[in-house]
Amino acid sequence: MIAFENVGKTYPDGTTAVEDFSLEIASHEAVVLVGTSGSGKTTLLRMINRMVDPSRGRVAIDGEDVAGLDPVRLRRSIGYVMQASGLLPHRSVLDNVTTVPVLRGTSRREARSRALELLETVGLDPALARRYPSQLSGGQQQRVGVARALAADPNILLMDEPFGAVDPIVRADLQQEMLRIQKELHKTIVFVTHDIDEAFLLGDRVVLLRPGGVVAQQGTPQEILAAPADDFVRSFVGADRGTRTLHVEEIEGRRIVVDADGRAAGVLEPPAGGAARA
Amino acid sequence: MTQLLEALAWIADPTRWSGPGSIPVRLLEHLWYTLLGVGIAALVAIPVGLLVGHTRRGRGPVVALSGAARALPTLGLVTLFGLWLGIGLTAPVLAFVILAIPSLLAGAYSACEAVDPRTVDAARAQGMTEWQILTRVEVPLGLPLLIGGVRLAAVQVVATVMLASYIGNGGLGRFIFLGLNLSDYPQMLGGSILVVALALVIDLALRLVERLTAPRGAART
Ligand SMILES: Nc1ncnc2c1ncn2[C@@H]1O[C@H](COP(=O)(O)OP(=O)(O)OP(=O)(O)O)[C@@H](O)[C@H]1O
Ligand SMILES: [Mg+2]
Repeated sequence: MIAFENVGKTYPDGTTAVEDFSLEIASHEAVVLVGTSGSGKTTLLRMINRMVDPSRGRVAIDGEDVAGLDPVRLRRSIGYVMQASGLLPHRSVLDNVTTVPVLRGTSRREARSRALELLETVGLDPALARRYPSQLSGGQQQRVGVARALAADPNILLMDEPFGAVDPIVRADLQQEMLRIQKELHKTIVFVTHDIDEAFLLGDRVVLLRPGGVVAQQGTPQEILAAPADDFVRSFVGADRGTRTLHVEEIEGRRIVVDADGRAAGVLEPPAGGAARA
Repeated sequence: MTQLLEALAWIADPTRWSGPGSIPVRLLEHLWYTLLGVGIAALVAIPVGLLVGHTRRGRGPVVALSGAARALPTLGLVTLFGLWLGIGLTAPVLAFVILAIPSLLAGAYSACEAVDPRTVDAARAQGMTEWQILTRVEVPLGLPLLIGGVRLAAVQVVATVMLASYIGNGGLGRFIFLGLNLSDYPQMLGGSILVVALALVIDLALRLVERLTAPRGAART
């Protein structure tokens, strides 16, 4: 379990990135922090692995204040996919993925064979293992970043806009990969994005942030969609633009769900044993 | 032109290529003094430079000190240290160390500073210790700049090492000062040509090392 207890961060230059933020994240839960640029998402994420020390309050993992933990050991035990892949340019893909296990004392050979498996897990051709990061596309680099974060089999996975830099098709692909991985591995995931659709897709729970790390609303995607707390949330989730309102039209005897632009979103199936509630 | 030919003839004379005081002996002495000067300076300057580059602290004082050291006239230093420490190798080598330090320092801290801060941040976030960041990320990525500092220092020192002969040591400077005393211009010019050639060879060799140490994978970005 990860607990933010009234944390705040004011950077040395006087910028207050986070005012007063509290949140509990259960083990094996995937929580997504969503917010506009500069709302403090990266700052909050990096408090978990002590890349940022809070100015106020504390972050605890399983009840233990991270401020009391050795940062190096803490970081090796947490997978971290960075906003811009953050691969080491002078190391091959394989060596990038084995970095943490090797630091933790796994034999190089063992780390390598596991790394090759991981490359497949994230949908990369193992033939790319010997390439350098600069020889990969942005999407491939992000996949390597995910493989690297998984390499030491951490319980906690921090993901900072891991799919921000790739085109929508690759992103959708990576998101599916992510869902599959989560189904299999059940990590505790803290995921940052400014894409609300991505948040709703990947999050068991979604936390919507305003600038200053102020929580606008948190809850399951269903809860947020059903009852947006205020206009900020409503505009963020697109409710007021009507992009999320669907209605049903009868076409040739079938009930088709149509979105605000009149595009067909799907076919409405009656619930098993009952009539469809339109 | 004739003077140059005479100097080359002086160098080519086979009697000067064997025995004590011959060209190979002086050449080796010259190299040895250079190595001593640059080597001792490197032991001090490279760790300090890497520390400054890694921590990004103390750059101001180091740059100021380097600037001051650069401004010192080496001949003056050799003379001064010679008067103080007497005839021998200590005085000139000390002067060469001072001469070599600024370039080595600059090479070492710029090696660290040239590494993308995001790469260092990523290495730290993966759980590397500061020492591992320095030795596995900053030094490998900045190695060409570090070697560049060594090259500059070596070239400066090799050109200056002839001053060692000025207070009674060996080295190629012997030919130059002897030629000067005897008004034996071919010998003087010959000695100078050898110094220049040696400097060029060292420069070229270290440029090659710089190339070879360029980190793979980083080239295309
Ligand atoms: N090291 C720093 N020093 C000073 N200010 C900082 C620092 N890092 C972040 N900030 C500021 O803190 C605020 C929050 O930054 P943060 O990176 O946490 O935002 P974010 O929500 O991750 O944004 P984005 O979606 O653009 O990545 C911003 O105003 C930013 O300028
Ligand atoms: Mg961010």
